[in-house]
Amino acid sequence: MSAATATLTGAPAKAAGSEGRIGLRANMRHIGALARRNMLQIKQDPESMFDVLLMPVIFTLLFVYVFGGAVSGKGHQHDYVDYVVPGLMAMMGMNISMAVGTGINDDFQKGVMDRFRTMPIARSSVLIAKILVEVGRMVIAIGILLGMGFALGMNIGTDVPHLLMAIVLSLFFGASLMWIFILLGLTMKTAQAVQGVAMLVLMPLQFGSSIFAKPTTMPGWLESFTKFNPLSNLADASRALINGGAVAHSVWMVVAWSVGITVVTAPLAVARFRKRT
Amino acid sequence: MVDMTTRLTEDGGTTAVEVRGLVKHYGPTKALDGVDLDVRRGTVLGVLGPNGAGKTTLVRVLSTLVQPDAGTARVAGFDVLKQPRQLRRVIGLTGQYASVDEKLSGRENLYMIGRLLDLPAKAARARADELLERFSLTEAAKRPAMQYSGGMRRRLDLAASMIGHPAVLYLDEPTTGLDPRTRNEVWEEVQRMVADGATVLLTTQYMEEAEQLAHELTIIDRGRIIAGGKVAELKAKVGGRTLLIRPSRSSAAPAMVAAIAEAGLDGVAGARADDSGLVSVPILSDDQLTAVVGMLGGRGFGIAHIETHLPSLDEVFLAVTGEKASAPQDAQDAQDPGSSGHAADGAAGTDQKVEVSV
Repeated sequence: MSAATATLTGAPAKAAGSEGRIGLRANMRHIGALARRNMLQIKQDPESMFDVLLMPVIFTLLFVYVFGGAVSGKGHQHDYVDYVVPGLMAMMGMNISMAVGTGINDDFQKGVMDRFRTMPIARSSVLIAKILVEVGRMVIAIGILLGMGFALGMNIGTDVPHLLMAIVLSLFFGASLMWIFILLGLTMKTAQAVQGVAMLVLMPLQFGSSIFAKPTTMPGWLESFTKFNPLSNLADASRALINGGAVAHSVWMVVAWSVGITVVTAPLAVARFRKRT
Repeated sequence: MVDMTTRLTEDGGTTAVEVRGLVKHYGPTKALDGVDLDVRRGTVLGVLGPNGAGKTTLVRVLSTLVQPDAGTARVAGFDVLKQPRQLRRVIGLTGQYASVDEKLSGRENLYMIGRLLDLPAKAARARADELLERFSLTEAAKRPAMQYSGGMRRRLDLAASMIGHPAVLYLDEPTTGLDPRTRNEVWEEVQRMVADGATVLLTTQYMEEAEQLAHELTIIDRGRIIAGGKVAELKAKVGGRTLLIRPSRSSAAPAMVAAIAEAGLDGVAGARADDSGLVSVPILSDDQLTAVVGMLGGRGFGIAHIETHLPSLDEVFLAVTGEKASAPQDAQDAQDPGSSGHAADGAAGTDQKVEVSV
């Protein structure tokens, strides 16, 4: 485990037999070359950007016009925009990170992973490069989502720095989730299976949260569940940062979740990546 | 890279790959069951065996993709378990399925690998172009690899393995699934690499391929080495080629067999005819072939068709072990992602047709 962590941070370990270790600068260069690979893949296959480009548009329209009236009253859909867009921001990160798992699994069906694993590079760099590019995709998705929000009349109750903080927090949490999905992608046999399991986990997390509706309108047991649901925390934090309100608790909860998830799953994912034959 | 060459010399050894008692089990399947082998520096060792004999597992252990359960393996002096990072600096691997990124162009694939091998951007680009040229891929350089033909992909794969000037190159069934023309192209490239001083460990199911490329041969079956030595020695053990002659009139076959026996040509023995009137003669050299055909012509036998037949892997097994090659053990091929798409076409022998009109 310690070896995995050392490789992750790219710190040149001083452990015994460290000859041949990959230095930090070389590691960055490798990550750069691999991230470039992931971007070229997108260029070659522009359809892979459809989720990022269309999901925010469709979700915003659907939720505002389908549920907006029900939640905020007919004719008051725009009040719901302020509520749901910060929540959708949390959801966006989750949906995109899910794709990382299927992507990694797909990569493994091809021989190129074998080549990477027989090269003198830190094995984590393949995963980190993927995460970097996916975070870039999240930025685009969130940008479009906010654009849609503003077009539908969303107001910022705070200021731009707070809005940026909300974005960064969503990206941070999304990146930590990717490790879970990478781990899933490396553990399960097919991309379809990864998708299936991911959906099973995601649906209750997404809907049993404060993303779409206020938990106070839910039965007691579900309301309690939402309190511990990191997606609720993230939705609440984004809402507080964008609309105004008490920020500290939910933000710290999200940071704690993100760090916790990364610390536990990243070394497992790298170890799994190393072992996978 | 200069560093690694001196390293080889410093070790004083002429052995580039040294494997002792290597064991790898997948559940009840013994993929490797105590394998010993050596590859001398600058030579090609052919590892010949049927599907599931353990060839791919061997290559995966030697390239640090799989950890052995027991035994040791050293490549260019580096231990697979203790020094995997150093070892990865000196090897190149080309599998039976192309390990390149299909969505990237040929040039981008090679450039990426150059960068991953710590070449500066400019040098990586130059090296990519150099190898594209050498492997006749310059025209296709900008096309995504998924649009390449099977042979082009395999060449790109070889080029990718060559970027870092590896001291030791593993070729895992490099021509499985290729048509004969492309297979010849790949062979030519491998021969060039060897001429340039590479040490190669080549796995194959084809006797003909081993004959073409390898200096020494190791025959592996069910995870165990069952025979080994110089190609010529093994061939002698197996008995060289078989000459098949179809007389113009099939009724002439027995007379033909008798004539061959009676002529007492140097080293020619054991001719026989089958029920269909096909005469088979074991031969060890082209001279013997010429002598047999010439003698038959001289005695007025009409010949409709002749061909020579290299011993198939099955025949080699039969000759070496006295038993049939084991049935494929699918278990360990299943360990190998991507192999499914390129199922090998069995342990078939290779027919070398030499049609002669008489």
